Amino acid sequence: MEGNMNLSLKVWRQSNKDTAGGFENYNLDSVSPDMSFLEMFDVLNEKLVVEGKEPIAFDHDCREGICGSCAMYINGRPHGPLKGVTTCQLHMRSFNDGDTIVVEPWRAKAFPVLKDLVVDRDAFDRIMSSGGFISVNTGNAQDANSLPVPKEAADDAFSAAACIACGACVAACKNASAMLFVSAKISQLALLPQGQAERSIRAEKMVAQMDAEGFGACTNTGACSAECPKEISMSNIARMNREYIGAKFSSTAV
Amino acid sequence: MATSSRLDAKIPQGPLETKWSKFRSSVPLVNPANKRNLEIIVIGTGLAGASAAATLAELGYKVKAFCFQDSPRRAHSIAAQGGINAAKNYQNDGDSIHRLFYDTVKGGDYRSREANVHRLAEVSGSIIDQCVAQGVPFAREYGGLLSNRSFGGVQVQRTFYAAGQTGQQLLLGAYSGLQRQVGMGTVQMYNRHEMLDVVVIDGKCRGIIARNLITGELERHAGHAVLLCSGGYGNVFYLSTNALGSNVTAAWKAHKRGAFFGNPCFTQIHPTCIPVSGEHQSKLTLMSESLRNDGRIWVPKAKNDNRPGNEIPEEERDYYLERRYPAFGNLVPRDIASRAAKERCDAGYGVGTSKLAVFLDFAAAVQRYGRAEANKNNIHNASDVDITLWGKAVVKEKYGNLFDMYKQITGEDPYEVPMRIYPAVHYTMGGLWVDYNLMTTVPGLYSLGEANFSDHGANRLGASALMQGLADGYFVIPYTIGAYLASEIRTGKISTDHEAFVRTEKEVKDRIEKLLSIQGKTSPETFHRRLGKIMWDKCGMARNEKGLKEAIAEIRQLREEFWKDVKVMGTAGYFNPELDKANRIADFMELGELMCIDALDRNESCGGHFREEYQTEEGEALRDDENYMYVSAWENLGNNKWELHKEELIYENIKIAQRSYK
Repeated sequence: MEGNMNLSLKVWRQSNKDTAGGFENYNLDSVSPDMSFLEMFDVLNEKLVVEGKEPIAFDHDCREGICGSCAMYINGRPHGPLKGVTTCQLHMRSFNDGDTIVVEPWRAKAFPVLKDLVVDRDAFDRIMSSGGFISVNTGNAQDANSLPVPKEAADDAFSAAACIACGACVAACKNASAMLFVSAKISQLALLPQGQAERSIRAEKMVAQMDAEGFGACTNTGACSAECPKEISMSNIARMNREYIGAKFSSTAV
Repeated sequence: MATSSRLDAKIPQGPLETKWSKFRSSVPLVNPANKRNLEIIVIGTGLAGASAAATLAELGYKVKAFCFQDSPRRAHSIAAQGGINAAKNYQNDGDSIHRLFYDTVKGGDYRSREANVHRLAEVSGSIIDQCVAQGVPFAREYGGLLSNRSFGGVQVQRTFYAAGQTGQQLLLGAYSGLQRQVGMGTVQMYNRHEMLDVVVIDGKCRGIIARNLITGELERHAGHAVLLCSGGYGNVFYLSTNALGSNVTAAWKAHKRGAFFGNPCFTQIHPTCIPVSGEHQSKLTLMSESLRNDGRIWVPKAKNDNRPGNEIPEEERDYYLERRYPAFGNLVPRDIASRAAKERCDAGYGVGTSKLAVFLDFAAAVQRYGRAEANKNNIHNASDVDITLWGKAVVKEKYGNLFDMYKQITGEDPYEVPMRIYPAVHYTMGGLWVDYNLMTTVPGLYSLGEANFSDHGANRLGASALMQGLADGYFVIPYTIGAYLASEIRTGKISTDHEAFVRTEKEVKDRIEKLLSIQGKTSPETFHRRLGKIMWDKCGMARNEKGLKEAIAEIRQLREEFWKDVKVMGTAGYFNPELDKANRIADFMELGELMCIDALDRNESCGGHFREEYQTEEGEALRDDENYMYVSAWENLGNNKWELHKEELIYENIKIAQRSYK
């Protein structure tokens, strides 16, 4: 191995949804500061395999901060100590030799633990299915430039659309609220002219599904936005509340 | 040379420009009542899979979609950065369908099928329309209209983009369409499911065996057609820009059940990736080709110059792409830019600690943009400090997320010092052989997107992967699948109790048990790393006969060792990512051999396939059109034996020339 950091790790191990889990301690030597946090886990898992122990399960895929798979709660913070960074983009140079690092899965009623650090985030897909789209079948579209979108609206919609649905907002929130995730999608589509036709019904349906999934309410603490690796703004939640109230005044749909 | 009698590309007759429109008006249709009884299985939910699943469900078919990730939105298309091409000619700079078609065929070094590429160019405009209608937030100008930029190998601005996250935004558009159908009950979504085999009954594809990755259970799913949209196989090299889960298993199982594999050796090495930093490295990160719009690539003129890039004076820099290719400069196609970087580093001019890197420098762009901003604001005596500040702000708006990513990975600030970049495996042009209808050589089994071989020849141009994935899913398969399914309306429901389902499931189960029973000493990861090293060293950016022959022997040896000494922890009865990984690596080890065999067969250099024996005096790829203007389609004969079938490529509309970007 190539580095000189020695670490103590306390990692949550849990066999499946129905059994109780607990922390296990591991020591890891010779960690390089240039490793990513997940590469450090790769090294640990290799070591476990060699020792005949089962490796730690964790979600990961693109390892460049965009797929939203990785989800580790590190030293009490989703995705660890840095701002605007996913677990896969966190590097060991953000830690010190001799550190003890505690790693847990996301904790939320709506995100049951499947194994070790892996949780079930299907609730997000179901919220999307309830209304997170514009109803346009393939082939129906008009020419793309026939509908000018002011740059500012396009930029704001893009900022909201940057959400990667990792669930850090839920994990960070003391109420396990999904308002930041839901509001980002509602905002993106409400800001664009294409999204106007279904604007009200979308807000109603998505909020209804969010509640049905068992996510908590928002108490404006702001931990969601502070911990969001894509720095999605709290103003989206304010917009969602306006959209929702406006929709409720005029609708009997949901 | 004549095309093998085993291959029928089914290219419609008539002039190139009318092939697709005539096909569309004459292809058999399936009436809505019958569509409801026809089941289609879609493997993979990236751009090709998600768009196909959503569109086919909108048309009324019963669709089941599968992805191994925890949500369809995480498919690796999400990571595509730079943009998507379309022949809209919004910039009035001379673009047209023909020009996009021509650029793509030329960019592919004359190894792609004319009819497919022309169709791709024809539907490209509709893709942008569809995405905008879905709410994809493309970059826009102040007037509210769509913005464009340039990509490599092209002299017009036809690339649509959403900062450096175009793939993410396009996939989320397709995913929202897919989730809409899931909500309506027309698509059944299977997350965390991996396809482990296809089921063939009486010569037709009739379903799949999938593994529920959470419970470990094997499941049988029947369908009247199966669409493999499972992406590329770049991870055969271990280190690549692909997501760690990206694999060849679905395509490889199809290959072993009769689907021919097309041009396996055509792999794309992307010139601008963050260099390898150490042994621990699990993947490589791309820095979008869009950066070459503004960044200038250079190395020091002196060997072993160890000064930081920003301290090397202008006259001591060699902007080698601008020097060698003045017409295209930093925007030459990927294969050419990659080889040029390798050439400089091999000659001893590389930078950084490994000396396997070149500089990508934005200092000139910062100054240019800064002055433009000053002019825009009517400030004519701006200080250098202000100009630099404004210039950096413009660069940040265009490429901010890429710069942040670079800084996060390397610990260096690219606004201050030039980026260090080096080529890395990025994309595979090869894939399952398909006809014009995107059907493989197994009736009822289709392949879309990167998983097929069809549109990019020997080298893909930037921003064309997103175009192809969405073209296949939104606008091609919904028409071409009718040609097959119209004859399936009398088939009725397919039973998963059929003997073929039982037998195939048992074969899958046996292999899993075998993997778990070996209990050797070496982790799957170690085998993968060793395979990757063989592939990169001997079947990577440059290949030669001797190396390829060695590679074949080494891979065979490694495979043997794997089946004796791999150690897979845990059991098959629950969530076991280690087992999933071992299963995929076993398939990569078979594919690797075929890639080397294909590279050895092709005694020429073209696009991404560079055989050192075949080059011009200036070191450019030397094609042999006389003998190699064909698609190699490999038939699996079992026991790691293959037979080559050739599809002759006929160019009726393009004049073949040596590709020049000078």
